[in-house]
Amino acid sequence: MNNIFVYIELDEGVVAEVSLELLTKGRELADKLGVKLEAVVLGHNVAGINEELAKYGADTVWVADNEIFAPFRTLPHTSALCGLIKAEQPQIVLFGATPVGRDFAPRVSSALHSGLTADCTQLEIGPHKDAKTGKEYENLLYQIRPAFGGNIIATIVNPDCRPQMATVREGVMRKEMVAAPAAAEVKAIAWQEYISEADLAVTIIDRHIEERKINIKGASVIVAGGYGMGSKDGFKLCYDLAEVLGGEVGASRAAVDAGFTEHERQIGQTGVTVRPKLYIACGISGQIQHTAGMDESSMIISINSDPEAPINKIADYAITGKVEEIIPKMIKYYKQNSK
Amino acid sequence: MNKALKIVVLAKQVPDTRNVGKDAMTAEGTVNRAALPAIFNPEDLNALELALRLKEECEGSTLHILTMGPLRAADIIRDAMYRGADGGYLLSDRKFAGSDTLATSYALSSALRQIGADVIIAGRQAIDGDTAQVGPQVAEKLGLPQVTYAEQIEQVKESTLVVRRRLERGVERVECPIPAVITVNSSAPEVRPQNARLVMKYKYAMTKSEIAAAEDSLAAKMASERDYLNIVELTAADIVCDEQQLGLSGSPTKVKKIENVVFQAKEAKRLTASDEDINGLMVELIASHTLG
Ligand SMILES: Cc1cc2nc3c(=O)[nH]c(=O)nc-3n(C[C@H](O)[C@H](O)[C@H](O)COP(=O)(O)OP(=O)(O)OC[C@H]3O[C@@H](n4cnc5c(N)ncnc54)[C@H](O)[C@@H]3O)c2cc1C
Repeated sequence: MNNIFVYIELDEGVVAEVSLELLTKGRELADKLGVKLEAVVLGHNVAGINEELAKYGADTVWVADNEIFAPFRTLPHTSALCGLIKAEQPQIVLFGATPVGRDFAPRVSSALHSGLTADCTQLEIGPHKDAKTGKEYENLLYQIRPAFGGNIIATIVNPDCRPQMATVREGVMRKEMVAAPAAAEVKAIAWQEYISEADLAVTIIDRHIEERKINIKGASVIVAGGYGMGSKDGFKLCYDLAEVLGGEVGASRAAVDAGFTEHERQIGQTGVTVRPKLYIACGISGQIQHTAGMDESSMIISINSDPEAPINKIADYAITGKVEEIIPKMIKYYKQNSK
Repeated sequence: MNKALKIVVLAKQVPDTRNVGKDAMTAEGTVNRAALPAIFNPEDLNALELALRLKEECEGSTLHILTMGPLRAADIIRDAMYRGADGGYLLSDRKFAGSDTLATSYALSSALRQIGADVIIAGRQAIDGDTAQVGPQVAEKLGLPQVTYAEQIEQVKESTLVVRRRLERGVERVECPIPAVITVNSSAPEVRPQNARLVMKYKYAMTKSEIAAAEDSLAAKMASERDYLNIVELTAADIVCDEQQLGLSGSPTKVKKIENVVFQAKEAKRLTASDEDINGLMVELIASHTLG
């Protein structure tokens, strides 16, 4: 009772990275609260999965193993998880902010009437005092995320409703194996009691899975372009530089929205989180929603015509000037010196 | 022939966060929301387009917009009418202020119960929050199935829809019984432009507050006399619901604090665009094995 749940997402039978990252964070929170960390697996043919989950700190692994759970469908997942939450009363439930998590976590929150905070960048435990009623709370989950309105971070709490729920994007938290894994006891979810015929109403006709084409998460050099690249044509300079340096191309949301490049390349709170050796920000102002996804890069170079651009505050090198002029020079001098 | 459907599109008017110009920044480096232009949330336009196509496919269907927001949000209802929607509902009340996604979906689902709909179509998410929660939360409150990340409604059958949806890597086709909630991804077809004839027809479509504000004008007189020009305004009292579940009191999530981020300025080394500076930088990066 009152433990921490982490929903384990399976991608073609493999545990998603974000779920392991959430187990690592969940372990830390569970230790602070003195409760257990429980992984919840809804899938098919998942025997043996508890061993991997134990390595990342799960004390318990709840399993529903049936073909109705794979491939993912909204309603069976919602009903099974809601049923388990009602029976076990966890105080916290964490989901990956993936298309799957973002599809059914809101339904779970709506069904249980409890709050859900999307795209958190930090999770902590702490006290809270309600400003109006003066009521005091211990050990709430601080759900921390950038808020709209410039460089602002909001801490959200969920004082009176349980469970406290949050989603986190892949790559935001670090994953780490625990030194001495527990046995991770497997427990069966009584899903047959929770699921009705109506939950099976939506059927999957067919699905086509493509290989992941763009891999900016693994790149050690990232050249990211922003709205300051000016146009789709101008943005090509980022590709040129990335190719010469052997890196990948990233982008700000403004650049993606303007159609300069594809959405898979968006870096930030609602895109990908990256930690490359070198991050070159070209024509990017550096709003918190962007920097949330790259500020842990080992080295940051910014190229911006505005010497006061916020990005310069986190940069190691701030080059003031126009991208059209500077990027070709970088290419030229890299080629000259690397021979 | 397909049967006539009652289609409702959920839409939101949002500040245009995509182009925060210098004049929208305050001295403290925060964004002044009021200085940003208010626009039709982009993915709600994709939702509108799928809805318009569905309407065309199923003769006799109707299409209405439902939006919750301040009075000026009637603008997006008119915009939708210029593109082919038949009318709309504006849910506006002080009591909705401070709503989180759950309180918002409670209000919307209460209104939807009254309006009645066979197919509810919404954008995947709004650009001012990016939560993607309201569509699924409305579906749950109404006890309806959902299809998220939809790109195309491929087929309308007797009592189901075949929908193509985008996955993280790939696509999937599902068959979903109606009534249902569908949320639409930006990879869906772009919305059609406004139609000049419809702009003429609906130019004076107004809510009762707008009519009251322009009482003696010819436009207001026309709007109040012609039923098709009436944008329905709904308050909390109009949608029979439990007021405790609205606005701040209906929102389980509370903002504990807001912090301005002061970047730990790590004293950037300042460089210019000169050949000398750029050359020096590249030499340094190669020497330190950051590159190469
Ligand atoms: C809920 C929410 C989620 C968001 N999530 C993300 C996210 O995941 N990722 C993200 O990036 N953003 C996100 N944003 C948007 C974010 O707030 C900013 O609007 C966005 O990052 C700005 O992109 P930008 O820096 O490219 O554009 P701008 O802010 O327009 O900056 C352009 C920069 O280019 C410079 N410039 C212009 N011309 C030149 C030139 N010729 N040479 C050199 N420099 C030039 C300008 O000085 C300026 O600094 C989100 C916003 C919201 C509300």
